[in-house]
Amino acid sequence: MKTIDLAEHGVRVLNQQLHDQAADLSELDWDVVHTQGAHNIACGLNAELNLTVRGHAGYYCAGMNQKASVTVHGNVGVGVAENMMSGSVRIKGDASQSAGATGHGGLLVIEGNASARCGISMKGIDIVVGGDVGHMSAFMGQAGRLVICGDAGEALGDSLYEVRIYVKGRVQSLGADCVEKPMREEHLEELRRLLTQAGMDEDPAAFRRYGSARELYNFKVDNAAAY
Amino acid sequence: MCGIVGLYLKNSQLQPELGALFTPMLVAMTDRGPDSAGFAIYGDEVPDGWIKFTLQQADAAYDWTGLVEALEQAVDQPVHWFANSNAAVLKTPAGEESVREWLWAERPEVRIMSVGRSIEILKSVGLPEQIAGQYGLRGMQGSHVIGHTRMATESAVTLEGSHPFSTGMDLCLVHNGSLSNHNRLRQRLIREGIRFETENDTEVAAGYLTWRMRQGLSLKQALEAGLDDLDGFYTFTIGTRDGFAVVRDPIACKPAVMAETDDYVAMASEYRALAGLPGIEQARVWEPKPAIVYVWERQRKEHAA
Repeated sequence: MKTIDLAEHGVRVLNQQLHDQAADLSELDWDVVHTQGAHNIACGLNAELNLTVRGHAGYYCAGMNQKASVTVHGNVGVGVAENMMSGSVRIKGDASQSAGATGHGGLLVIEGNASARCGISMKGIDIVVGGDVGHMSAFMGQAGRLVICGDAGEALGDSLYEVRIYVKGRVQSLGADCVEKPMREEHLEELRRLLTQAGMDEDPAAFRRYGSARELYNFKVDNAAAY
Repeated sequence: MCGIVGLYLKNSQLQPELGALFTPMLVAMTDRGPDSAGFAIYGDEVPDGWIKFTLQQADAAYDWTGLVEALEQAVDQPVHWFANSNAAVLKTPAGEESVREWLWAERPEVRIMSVGRSIEILKSVGLPEQIAGQYGLRGMQGSHVIGHTRMATESAVTLEGSHPFSTGMDLCLVHNGSLSNHNRLRQRLIREGIRFETENDTEVAAGYLTWRMRQGLSLKQALEAGLDDLDGFYTFTIGTRDGFAVVRDPIACKPAVMAETDDYVAMASEYRALAGLPGIEQARVWEPKPAIVYVWERQRKEHAA
């Protein structure tokens, strides 16, 4: 176990040491203390290491993550795990806006609430939120699954492509072209797996499923003639 | 970009430490606003029937003594005062209008930063650290304080463009964002008798609140009306003589984070600015929701039933 004190060393030193692990994985377990809300903590990891962040983190925490498993014992600022490729990121507290934005893969778990635009333009990442999400969540989501154990804010799933959204609580409003869809056995099974992976003790049968109605311009074969 | 911060003490025993607690918050937002900074601090309240003016003049050697002597003669009332760097705080039982009129007519080179029973606004061009040092912020006492660090985008890096702005008694607003309907709204407010010192959009928001509260609306009601009337991007933090409020526009592009303990309520653009506050590890830390008005107000003893 290696412990890095951010108040002493700063984010650049931490991230450089973590990046060095991509070439030679010599230390599996890392602890970061005295975070003081610093931005860019553990960005660009590319090794199968475990990192524990003890305290609140600022913007873009664990951004671009590959392979690593990151746990934050606190809240995180804008863009946690943005553009994540693989691995997992767990937030014990709340996340600010644009959590998991543009993520291609891996699992992001937010045990508390996420603010607006959670999963915006998600491209394959799975996101499980224990609490509520803010407005415009999964906006233009292309692939992946977004699971919300609490309520969803306005315009959920606006201009959605192929993301599947599962919500247990109330949906304030659906965005353009987002509709409720039937929960078939395959969806209950998929949701069960995601909830288990995220460690959420929830009954899949209590959720509703939302997805794209595929009615917007890009989905119309007639528009192919424009090219 | 810009950074905004606010600290409202619930525990009055902390009042001697207000400046010491707040200075690191302002300095932490230097990355968001290195061009100019300022703050509105509430404390050192004047007695009933008196008011306090904060005046500023770019020239640090400005003849405040001469100004005060001439003002005392003109309004035939005592004026107590002290200088603080390039600013001066004047306390007087004279009427607000008579002092304003005299200053406009006789000392047009002096800028009125704030008027009220409790408020003092101090601001300057430069790094937040330097400005906090210039005015001795660290040693200041009071009940609450709000501040702004500016990264200039829409107007020059000047004292005139520095925040915060005040347009009414003890009212101050700091703003991260930009308003799109400020021109038309300014015209409407001028017709309603609100006066503006600059062309700045933020000053219009402050003027709007002054106007609404003059109509009898509470701070909360005025801000709720503002959600309909102010168009643009904003996170506002507002101070009044006894109150502290935070509101974000419904789209909520501009960041905000809050923390509350038994001792204080704090607001900042980023959590970094809150990280040094005492007891922050145990504080309730949350992101204020879009289009929700958060208000804290202390009840005055004379208002108690």
